[in-house]
Amino acid sequence: MSDGYYRDDPEGTVPWTDPPPVSDLEPDYLRAGVGVRSWLLTTDHKRIGLMFYVVIVFMLMLGGAFALVLRTELLTPERTVIDAGTYNRMFTLHGITMVWLFMIPSIPNSFGNFVLPIMLGAKDLAFPRLNLASFYVYCIGAAVTLGGMIVGGADTGWTFYAPYSSSTPSTVFPIVLGIFILGVSSIMTAVNFITTVHTLRARGMTWLRMPLFAWTIYATSIILLLATPVLGLSVALVGADRIYRFGLFDPALGGDPVLFQHLFWFYSHPAVYIMILPAMGVVSETVCTFSRKAPASYLALAMSAIGIAFVGFLTWGHHMFVAGMSEFDAAVFGILSMFVAIFSAIKVFTWVATLRKGSVYFNTPMLYFFWFLFLFVFGGMTGVAVATQSLDVHWHDTYFVVAHFHFIMVGGTLTAFLSAAHYWFPKMFGRLYSERMGLLTSAGVFIGFVLTFLPQFLLGNAGMPRRYYSYPERYQWLNVLSTGGAWLLGGALLLTLVNLVVALRWGQVATGNPWGSRSLEWRTRRLPPKHNFDVPPDMRCGPYDYDRPLEEAPDA
Amino acid sequence: MRDPLAEQFEDLEKQASAARLGMWAFLGSEVLLFSGLFALYAGYRTMYPADFASAVAHDNVAIGTTNTFILLTSSLTVALAVHAIRAARARRAAGLLLASVALGLLFLVLKGFEYAEHFRQGIYPGDRYRFAELSGYGAKTFFTIYYVATGLHALHVTAGISVLGYLAWACRRGHYTPEYHMPLELGGLYWHLVDIVWIFLWPLLYLAHA
Repeated sequence: MSDGYYRDDPEGTVPWTDPPPVSDLEPDYLRAGVGVRSWLLTTDHKRIGLMFYVVIVFMLMLGGAFALVLRTELLTPERTVIDAGTYNRMFTLHGITMVWLFMIPSIPNSFGNFVLPIMLGAKDLAFPRLNLASFYVYCIGAAVTLGGMIVGGADTGWTFYAPYSSSTPSTVFPIVLGIFILGVSSIMTAVNFITTVHTLRARGMTWLRMPLFAWTIYATSIILLLATPVLGLSVALVGADRIYRFGLFDPALGGDPVLFQHLFWFYSHPAVYIMILPAMGVVSETVCTFSRKAPASYLALAMSAIGIAFVGFLTWGHHMFVAGMSEFDAAVFGILSMFVAIFSAIKVFTWVATLRKGSVYFNTPMLYFFWFLFLFVFGGMTGVAVATQSLDVHWHDTYFVVAHFHFIMVGGTLTAFLSAAHYWFPKMFGRLYSERMGLLTSAGVFIGFVLTFLPQFLLGNAGMPRRYYSYPERYQWLNVLSTGGAWLLGGALLLTLVNLVVALRWGQVATGNPWGSRSLEWRTRRLPPKHNFDVPPDMRCGPYDYDRPLEEAPDA
Repeated sequence: MRDPLAEQFEDLEKQASAARLGMWAFLGSEVLLFSGLFALYAGYRTMYPADFASAVAHDNVAIGTTNTFILLTSSLTVALAVHAIRAARARRAAGLLLASVALGLLFLVLKGFEYAEHFRQGIYPGDRYRFAELSGYGAKTFFTIYYVATGLHALHVTAGISVLGYLAWACRRGHYTPEYHMPLELGGLYWHLVDIVWIFLWPLLYLAHA
């Protein structure tokens, strides 16, 4: 083992002091206070993370329900269940719900909130009240957005391209207002996470001893902090146009619609990395824990996360290859976009190399890791393809692009989200889920997913445009496959939820560290107390030192 | 009085550095908010160079420059207030903060006069623009950006005035000591941001007409 991150610990001391006797212990975080009030006014990062988790899962179900209606509609070339206007609103709402209400906050605000401070050995985040405020601001933003959907809904697509978004008769204003508010919540969380990583690491927790999940959350927070304000500005300008016609992007008033796209994608492309980086963090944790090994290169995984965050800011132009951009600019943006693939490939090879000579445990989080690996590589490679100008002109605005970003977002982020949901389940709730059901539903998710989106690559390549309501009959068999896959995927996700909910009550009681992990969050009690540790941890070795014996912290 | 040390921190020094870092991070995001507008300005100025130059020349340099001096002075009084509280002179700090509040209000009043003058000439943002002297698309776009940028900045001035007003009141009530005056420091940082954004808006909107 040549990694340098525990080099300054030659004597190999085990970092644990004996905890105080059981009777003096603080109650665990679920029992630290009772009643609705103790939840709604809590500043405990674990409880806030849990509240986010519940709301976010609801949003996933909502966005999924929209998707199922869409897929059902596309079963036949003409009208199946809804009319064209409803269809346009429905895909807009699907996109908005999945992007802003589910995926952006998904892993950081639920699992990140819950485990990040524990991983760092901190008692809480740096600004616990700001954290709670961020949750309520999120709820307000979600309520305004959903309210806008109920009173009419927009038909612009989730991208709000001007000038259509300024002139469509559908309900745009409350939705962009809601997204603006959600952005405020994102920034609050980002400030909190960045400050926490800088100032609240435990004694001995050097930067290079942080778990990789903490690195990716840190990188994500930087993107959130710097990109979200630009989105806020662009949607605010669209929203303001609905009330008073500023027309900054309206050609009739001298505006340039392409400038809107530049501003919009300056956020929305990095937003893709907001979604995928935490996912990469999750799989970095699971692959190490279940291979019983330090990562093949800690530095490569940590630094490539920062690299993706940095390069991610320089690639937005590849969304506008056909929207009016010089060939030179397009080439520059195309090449910069491919840098992301280099950093991603570094990660993929490091994960695979980590498996080598490890003792690999095959369970649900690990199975999701394998799905992630496959789908992410597939989606990533098609990403390189669409970043190539000449190819993109053919595939632009077709189902090929839809399939590509679903492979990355759903195949990457959702599988990692599910991996995290199983991996940290025993720490969050103190019980074990049914492994057999977990593996089964995981396989269902994968098969359903591939069945849904693989045909869409073929559809797109054959020329079917995205967002169309009706299509020629020769596309039908692929659409039927895709719709069948979507229902399978939906069913498997529902079963996953049932499996986890059942385990909340009837699952086998877990120990504090059922996976034998070396990372700090597993070295707490079965359910961590409000301030996470009975004795403040003192890190004298790294989070992946599987070559040392595990001195398990006793269970309370 | 509440224990100034929050439970998640080991000592006050760490807490102070966390508070400062958090504020700087937030200010970083504010800078990006305005950067979007600066990007629009740059884009449209490239599209309509002549229109932009004549529209900039039409703006009232005297008021713009006076306002720059006003904001710079208000930043100075805020900095002096932080200095005063470190020397345990809370009443003096409160007075200085109130001076900044007054200067901030003066800034808004002058800005209001400027807006009123524009409206009289028919310079409205967006599609209600009807100023015959400068009728090109570029001038129209310039003034829309002008209104959006100065409007967004004025919102920040208003927020800053409220923050400084609260801080003056808290100073007066003796909430801050030479050891603990972090809110004052952070409020000061925010006011300096409001100032710095104007330092960029001033040349772009009033001076760059060559």
